[in-house]
Amino acid sequence: MKIIMKSLAALAIVTLISCGGKEEKKSNDIQIGQKPAATEASADSTTSAASDVKPSETVDLTNKGIGPIKNVELAAEIDQAMAAKGMEVYKTKCMACHKPDKKFIGPAPTGILERRTPEWIMNMILNPEEMTKNDPLAKALLIEFNGSPMANQNLTEEEARQVLEYFRTL
Amino acid sequence: MKKTINILVSLVMVAGLVSCNNGDNKKQSKGQGGLATNAAEKVYVAPGEHDDYYAFFSGGYSGNLTVYGLPSGRMFKEIPVFSQFPTSGYGYSEETLPMFNTSFGFVPWDDSHHPDISQTNGKLDGRWIFINGNNTPRIARIDLETFETVEIIELPNSAGNHSSSFITENTEYVVAGTRFSVPVPQRDMPIKDYKGNFKGALSFVSVDQETGRMGIKFQLMMPGFNYDLSHPGRDKSHGWFFFTTYNTEEANTLMEVNSSQNDKDFIAAVNWKVIEEYVNNGGGTKMPANYAHNVYDHNTHMATSTMEKEVLTVDPTKVPGAVFFLPTPKSPHGCDVDPTGEYIIGNGKLSADLTVHSFTKMIDAIENKKFDGEAYGIPILKFEDVLAGTVKQPGLGPLHTEFDGKGNAYTTFFISSEVVKWKLGTWEVLDRQPVFYSVGHGMIPGGNSREPFGKYFVAMNKITKDRYLPTGPELEHSAQLFDISGDKMELLLDFPTHGEPHYAAGIAADILKKNAKQFYKLSENTNPYATLSEADARVERKGNEVHIYMTTIRSHFTPDNIEGVKVGDKVFFHITNHEQDFDVPHGFAMIGANNAELLIMPGQTKTLVWEPKQVGVWPFYCTDFCSALHQEMQGYVRVSPANSNMELSWSLGED
Repeated sequence: MKIIMKSLAALAIVTLISCGGKEEKKSNDIQIGQKPAATEASADSTTSAASDVKPSETVDLTNKGIGPIKNVELAAEIDQAMAAKGMEVYKTKCMACHKPDKKFIGPAPTGILERRTPEWIMNMILNPEEMTKNDPLAKALLIEFNGSPMANQNLTEEEARQVLEYFRTL
Repeated sequence: MKKTINILVSLVMVAGLVSCNNGDNKKQSKGQGGLATNAAEKVYVAPGEHDDYYAFFSGGYSGNLTVYGLPSGRMFKEIPVFSQFPTSGYGYSEETLPMFNTSFGFVPWDDSHHPDISQTNGKLDGRWIFINGNNTPRIARIDLETFETVEIIELPNSAGNHSSSFITENTEYVVAGTRFSVPVPQRDMPIKDYKGNFKGALSFVSVDQETGRMGIKFQLMMPGFNYDLSHPGRDKSHGWFFFTTYNTEEANTLMEVNSSQNDKDFIAAVNWKVIEEYVNNGGGTKMPANYAHNVYDHNTHMATSTMEKEVLTVDPTKVPGAVFFLPTPKSPHGCDVDPTGEYIIGNGKLSADLTVHSFTKMIDAIENKKFDGEAYGIPILKFEDVLAGTVKQPGLGPLHTEFDGKGNAYTTFFISSEVVKWKLGTWEVLDRQPVFYSVGHGMIPGGNSREPFGKYFVAMNKITKDRYLPTGPELEHSAQLFDISGDKMELLLDFPTHGEPHYAAGIAADILKKNAKQFYKLSENTNPYATLSEADARVERKGNEVHIYMTTIRSHFTPDNIEGVKVGDKVFFHITNHEQDFDVPHGFAMIGANNAELLIMPGQTKTLVWEPKQVGVWPFYCTDFCSALHQEMQGYVRVSPANSNMELSWSLGED
């Protein structure tokens, strides 16, 4: 019985490693002293096996994500006052990981509304644990970004909405 | 059948115990205690489920307070109070250093004994818990939303703050009675001139109902006895406070013989409402003093220390009707008041019987001036006039009594190692259970209030010996949990406790858990060294002081590369944790730091000082496993020679 358990465990580990290998298609060689990935302009080698488009560049304007936000109506005009509030929230609670216009710990929000629904964005802000666990796109993003977790900064829905408005100005 | 066997076993055990009481030191064999077969179910809290009660155990010589769950006996937390705690940086961080300030300078340790939870109308309200520092007399207040120590006040004219920190039923006062009487004011005098010259201060510390802030309202300057323990009157006796005394002999040497000469010592009954009125009308004498008052603020995340220079003293003989002595046999230790406020139990530790005084009789004796002489001008009441009854020969070495709110009392017996349940009013012994070994205090959650939660009794034992796997000469103390919901006490569980718990305070979990704070809001952080936006992370030089304004979030420090620090600099790491979620602290450890680490809660700012002594490039890192990339949460400080011209620079990533 014990032997069976051990073999199963070994099998699981092997499977796991091979899975990991598939995801990490960056390079087969370890590059000593390479440029840090976080500030690399754009590494076109990080593509998934299924598609050539990285999760962060995938466009999905139907998925609303998982979380409290079911429907967001965006006015044609950007509400500048709301966006200004959003920028303040963003500076104190988001900027440590998200630079507005370049990849950092996480992806840059510039142009996010061309790739994601407003609902998905707000759910990602408000409900990151469940999103990275169950939303296929958020899951793929977590892997693309090195397993670095999206922190729940406990924004109110109002604050998340303000941040969304700020994203529209980028 | 099984039950019958259990009862038989218990009977045999009791018989064995009684024979032990008669001077036979036969050792209890292990694994006894009439343990019923379903005891495990009664203490089993399934994974993910919560305990019914919080229990706060004093740490004794650890100086701290530990938090347990009942009935499981699981320890949840150690709250640092009077002792430096490198685990979190408490007492090492710049923000918390002032918590240890005293008139003796920085005192980083104490001996914490008696926690007591705040009350409203005689019921536990769960706002704060207070605890005394015995060695360098202090009282601490712990916030029960954050479970952090937020205030420490020193007590002047006091020594050995033992009969503390018990509170009145609306948390009007927390008291501090001196165990060691001392010259007041302190002066150079012969020790042998103690008698008649030393004073015993009983301090009444008021508590602001909004903020919890403490302040010494007055000190009652009593004769130079040893004030051992105390409890407030409640309900009908609300307005009174009772203190046991020993060494009414006023001996100053070979105390174990010389302070046990008198057949009776006193319980001092203090009518604090009368004294409060007296001082509110301008009574009392202000005397110069010097004591520290240290307060921690949850918005600045900083403590400040103020030296107070004056204290109001009251001479008990100047306030008619304020203080009376109740003769109580043989060096009473615990002084416990039942939930109705009628009975005051004097646990005469060298007496064969338990003495119970009647509050009603006491008031009657006072009104009819039935005095039996006086001591230093304080009227002594006649023993027989105030006696409600005695529990006859219940055991050896009674120390403390708790109440279940159903008319029963539970007294611990140190010498005969047992807990005895007896009935208030009839004084009849109802049950006795052995404990392993040598019990000090017992605790029933809410036992110090009008409404005890009479479900469990915890015995805090002084001797552990063979109860657990041996761990060398030093052993943790052992607690034992009894179910007291039935007629007979039932032993359920042994569990180790940390330090030396003297007393504990318990409260229903529902009262506290809904208020427990999950994280500090960054928007409410007003620490002057906080970095509220990552864009403000920076390094500044002021002479040889280097101030690093740093932030943390999973999983990096900003900045993480710092250059321009020199040997001889004093480097301040002011670190603000930008997480805004439950249970995401970050740690900070710097190689060669001569103090401790920092454990920074979400939204908090803490500061650690580092004085680099060697040229080189030195790493720092996060100590609390924060994410899958925790091992990557690190950085470097480049330290150049003292005479270097290296300018300060800092960065994160390659910006």
